[in-house]
Amino acid sequence: MVTEARGVRALRDQIRAGGRSASDVAEEALERAESLASLNIFASLDSAQVRARAAAADAAIADGSAGPLAGVPIAIKDNICTTGETTTCASRILGGFESIYDAFVVERLRDAGAVLFGKTNMDEFAMGSSGEKSALGVTANPAAPGYVPGGSSSGSAAVVAADIVPGALGSDTGGSVRQPAAFCGVVGMKPTWGRVSRRGLIAYGSSLDQIGPLTHNVEDAALLYSVIAGHDPGDATSARRPVEAPLLRGADAAVGLRVGLPREYAGAGVDPAVSGALQTMARRLEAAGAQIVDVSLPHTEACVATYYIIATAEASSNLARFDGVRYGRRTEHAGDIDAIYARSRSEGFGDEVIRRILLGTFVLSSGYYDAYYEKAQRVRTLIRRDFDAAFEQCDVMLSPTSPTPPWRTGERGDDPLAMYLADIYTVSANLSGVPAISIPLGHSEALPIAAQLMAPQFAEARLFEAAHACEALR
Amino acid sequence: MSEWQAVIGLEIHAQLATESKIFSAAPTAFGAEANTQVNELCAGHPGSLPVLNRRAVELAVRAGFALDCDVQALSIFDRKNYFYPDLPKGYQISQLNYPICLGGHVDYDVDGQPQRTRLERIHMEEDAGKSQHEGEDPHSHIDLNRAGTPLIEIVTHPEIHTPEAAAAFFRAVREVLVCVGANDGRLAEGSLRCDANVSVRPAGSEVLNTRTEIKNLNSFRFVRDAVRHEIDRQIALIESGGSVVQQTRLWDETRNETRVMRTKEGEADYRYFPDPDLPPVLLDAAWLESVRASLPELPAARRARYRADYELSAADAAAIVDRSGFATVFEAAIAAGCAPRQAAIWVNGELASAINDELLAWRDSDNVFVSSRGVEIDGPSLAALQGLVDDDTVSIGTARRVLRRMIESGLSAAAVVDADGLRQVDDSGQIEAAVRAVIEANPDEVAAFRGGRKQLIGFFIGQVMRATKGRAKPDTVRRLVIEALAGDAG
Repeated sequence: MVTEARGVRALRDQIRAGGRSASDVAEEALERAESLASLNIFASLDSAQVRARAAAADAAIADGSAGPLAGVPIAIKDNICTTGETTTCASRILGGFESIYDAFVVERLRDAGAVLFGKTNMDEFAMGSSGEKSALGVTANPAAPGYVPGGSSSGSAAVVAADIVPGALGSDTGGSVRQPAAFCGVVGMKPTWGRVSRRGLIAYGSSLDQIGPLTHNVEDAALLYSVIAGHDPGDATSARRPVEAPLLRGADAAVGLRVGLPREYAGAGVDPAVSGALQTMARRLEAAGAQIVDVSLPHTEACVATYYIIATAEASSNLARFDGVRYGRRTEHAGDIDAIYARSRSEGFGDEVIRRILLGTFVLSSGYYDAYYEKAQRVRTLIRRDFDAAFEQCDVMLSPTSPTPPWRTGERGDDPLAMYLADIYTVSANLSGVPAISIPLGHSEALPIAAQLMAPQFAEARLFEAAHACEALR
Repeated sequence: MSEWQAVIGLEIHAQLATESKIFSAAPTAFGAEANTQVNELCAGHPGSLPVLNRRAVELAVRAGFALDCDVQALSIFDRKNYFYPDLPKGYQISQLNYPICLGGHVDYDVDGQPQRTRLERIHMEEDAGKSQHEGEDPHSHIDLNRAGTPLIEIVTHPEIHTPEAAAAFFRAVREVLVCVGANDGRLAEGSLRCDANVSVRPAGSEVLNTRTEIKNLNSFRFVRDAVRHEIDRQIALIESGGSVVQQTRLWDETRNETRVMRTKEGEADYRYFPDPDLPPVLLDAAWLESVRASLPELPAARRARYRADYELSAADAAAIVDRSGFATVFEAAIAAGCAPRQAAIWVNGELASAINDELLAWRDSDNVFVSSRGVEIDGPSLAALQGLVDDDTVSIGTARRVLRRMIESGLSAAAVVDADGLRQVDDSGQIEAAVRAVIEANPDEVAAFRGGRKQLIGFFIGQVMRATKGRAKPDTVRRLVIEALAGDAG
């Protein structure tokens, strides 16, 4: 077994104590990645770069300037810009693209001493819920062979589940960190919109996108979060308020905690194993001193439609820059400028991306704007109010992350609508902007199942504390 | 063509005079090598985000107050989506429904007649890059230096009716923007451009007919000429049985005509929506008030004040206000004790001519005119010079020469007078001798004068002044010349 210590914190402490060098850790992780290459976890992994970064971390540790993640290898989703290697969003249109700058979160990780460990596979441009919509092919689910790893942060969930590295960053626009975490049996967390800078995250739906950590446990998620959260003057939507540190104390946090169970999240589509595991968790929380509260989010039914209108509208504009003019793929079949646009984009984007660009272009079009985009914005306001009202009655909300365990690879490939409905319990946190976390609850017939906790905006400390309690009670 | 009325609306794009771009720290310097004023945002690289330049907002607000707009406490940036190679993000960040200013107006004169044109709005936006197509080269070249340059677009109501008024309006807007520091006024560098929407209708009608838009007019003359030609073209077209098609046209200044750039088939669908990367711009009332309070006196107000308080003519007031530094020196001269009328004569006369002769140039940083050798001329120095005229130390003619000598030597007015021995002579005996000598030397002119050519008085005075090297007091010379010519006759 490679990782004597599995977690971020444990590995960090071991390296810091001199038990292992960052270079040894990196070498072992490279070997494991190599042996698990068939899982198709990485969009790119440059071993020479990894070794150089690990050597630099060892040097920093030796001269006492090591940061809080010194020597810990962390994988990065391939839609987060890193210099010195490619950033492709798992898309042909960005094949070979190298960013000229580091994302804010990457600067933070480097400053903290982390060893950046490759770029992870994903659904192209973060559009997908199964990991299958990648130009690089599907990532296998290390926790459930033959089943999808979830998406879009498929590789970031799988890389942790496969024990290659103890932590990864993903991005979450409608559940893209939480749902693959749930499917791969790891922890995945989406911060409040504005809590983590989006500078250097290749935008999908700008008003929904957040970068979040994927780890083995809640404590590690909180640690990674503490490194990447905070104000960035380079992102005009970045919050200025200070980041609060959670006080992780296991089941003790359940005492007096008001846990809301949104009644609309117990619908007919929920797999019995998932709802059973949730009820068990609710009972254990109650037994530990929590108060279980029935809450309502009346506009839940409209969430998926609202999400797909807003996300695709923003995507149609965000992805306009991929035009073959300045960087990325340009068609070989040059013609006039319109032909260059049309061909470069048709050749460069996958079907799901094209579908969403078309959908987003449509909902913003003159004559349809009011009926779709404008109305979706109004519904979004109602959804936010639902959350405000619900959080007057509870401190956190407990729900499924996904209505079902992972499905078999290929099973939903031709049914975009079924795929979209898998996001039903995750998109509302993006629409309302609140922080949310997915934690493993166990297995049903060898398939991982998970719970989601949501907290009010900027109540990440409370969210982590409650998740830590669930983890202890599981 | 008195039976037609032109209807003209203008859109003025003014570059805000910031050091950096509207949404990033990339510099805005003019004339740099292509694609050197560019960072990841200007180039539309993935993951880059806009952050609004505070200075750009402040300059837009200054422009808004100066143009009497209703500056908005809340404005919102939108994305205007379209594909073009010099538009790196695939959208332009602009303001659609919630611009930074609403309303406003500009007062200006056309041939001495005061006019007012109302503004619809002013919004902020970013400029695009530049596409260049050269000769036989099959490639287009893109320069992104201008991409992201901060602009305001000033939109008028369609209520201008002549080419001259359109040009005068544009000139008046430029004057205000430059005065408040919002724009550098450099038309030739593209800092200020005007689009003109032109239609025509039968005089007395209130309908708005199909219009054409003439783009990118960057001089007052181009505005006037392009609008005039477009009006004539439309009238001729209609009178010959044709009809105006909605088009975007360009002014060709070498051929003196407008030509079609593109024909609009319906409105382009820009799919505007609020930019999720930029929070709404919220401007605090106290901050707005502080910006308003910091505005300088505007040129129109200053001209009016000079006419009212100093009884200057419209032309004199305009000549002072319109030229850099004149008002500063003029007011400083008055503050130093010079009579306003005399101060106006000095700045619009000798000072202007010294500047025309390139002896002096305005140095903004120090509020003085300076010669190439570093000699400074300011309000107090002109006041001191006028003081020497007022106390009869020198004549006005001599004083003009003294100013030139001051510029050459760097000496004060009094020092020049002493050094060159220019003090005025008012000794009747000395002047009488000169008068007598002139009369004796010019018997023919004396005879002619006495024969009735009274205008020869100027000749005699001039001769006496010359004989005394300009130092004789002119009033005394005149009196003595008249006496001598009359006396000898008697």
